Amino acid sequence: MVQTLVNPKQIIAARVAKEMRDGDVVNLGIGLPTMMPNYLPDNVNVILQSENGYVGLGPLEGEIDPDLVNAGGQPSGILPGGAFFDSVFSFELIRGGHVDVTVLGGLEADAKGNLANWMVPGKMVPGMGGAMDLVTGAKKVIVAMEHTAKNGSSKILEECRLPLTGKGVVDLIVTELAVFRVTEEGLVLEELQDGVDLETVKEKTEASFKIGPKVVLDLVS
Amino acid sequence: MNKIISLDEATSFFKDGMTIMAGGFMGVGTPEDLVSALLEADVKDITLIANDTAFTESGVGPLIVNHRVKKVIASHIGTNPETGRQMIAGEMEVELVPQGTLAERVRAGGAGLGGILTPTGVGTVVEEGKEKLTVDGREYLLEKPLRAEVALLKAYKADKSGNLVYHRSARNFNPFMALAADHVIVQVEKLVEVGEIDPDEVMTPGILVDKIYVQGGSK
Repeated sequence: MVQTLVNPKQIIAARVAKEMRDGDVVNLGIGLPTMMPNYLPDNVNVILQSENGYVGLGPLEGEIDPDLVNAGGQPSGILPGGAFFDSVFSFELIRGGHVDVTVLGGLEADAKGNLANWMVPGKMVPGMGGAMDLVTGAKKVIVAMEHTAKNGSSKILEECRLPLTGKGVVDLIVTELAVFRVTEEGLVLEELQDGVDLETVKEKTEASFKIGPKVVLDLVS
Repeated sequence: MNKIISLDEATSFFKDGMTIMAGGFMGVGTPEDLVSALLEADVKDITLIANDTAFTESGVGPLIVNHRVKKVIASHIGTNPETGRQMIAGEMEVELVPQGTLAERVRAGGAGLGGILTPTGVGTVVEEGKEKLTVDGREYLLEKPLRAEVALLKAYKADKSGNLVYHRSARNFNPFMALAADHVIVQVEKLVEVGEIDPDEVMTPGILVDKIYVQGGSK
């Protein structure tokens, strides 16, 4: 599917889509992550898990069924082959490692693989919902977020300052500027997004990072 | 044994200071007629266990808005601004629990377990004040069981013995809450005769269900 990427969220969602493998069971957080399926190549089909109790989450087709919503409470559909279950089973799937990938938004992510995305003390305390279980149990945790906060400050830090959603849980951070992999030795810059230079990423990233082989090759070529 | 009740009869189960759990995910799968009956019963200081506090005008939300709840145990309160307001104003206590942990705590309460060990929340504020155990090199939090005096459930269909069938994503917390309360009251859309639900199709066996309120039935 070729689409023009016009804003940061589209760039991020399209890059996250490249991480998906055909047949992956995937749980998408509310907001930006739900844009990801729009950018999947035709030969990659993923099975979406909805934490409120089913696999086979699909777009709403036909009439709204008030008993069928996604994890954001929005009317949704279920694809042929889907299955419903209760919340214990849903989180057994999540915590038990039966979900291949989860994609979540972030307020902050850091060099140790920590993620903060559920509260801002004194401001916003919506609750963690299923996020803490997802980052703990999913085989691969991808943070899909804009590189900087609205005030321009870096969201990729040496160490998160906000209360954590999970400790040492993040595998990959995808922003509109770059892709970082979290390793035992800290962050590795895997890729620069199209048209982004290394200096820009350095300037907008508080955390220190190593430069991965792909980026080195691109720089010398 | 006749399990069918009116909303007025449901009201007799509610007392001040009670712990009540209710099924539902953002109102979907919440027995809203039973919630209305609870409101009309005019009881106060409820401890409410539910996945979330839904919206101000749906799900369990009206219980919060009408100040019936002393403490809520939930995974998400963000869609009902009144919950956050009362929490910050100190009018109501809120215990936030990760959703999978909340489900497991209720399951433990109904399954006769002394708690569950989960890796969820390790290294976060969720671990504060909790016992941490290391099993085979991995850290887990001991999360204690939850039970209630009354569970309010929503199912699509019941037979007169209380065998239940849920519909779509309205199942969520309902099946295991049926095991975790002293009294289980279910609101259903459809009532059928005993034997009309194939035993293979039963999602919650009727032995767990004390009372059935049929939507649109007598008040």
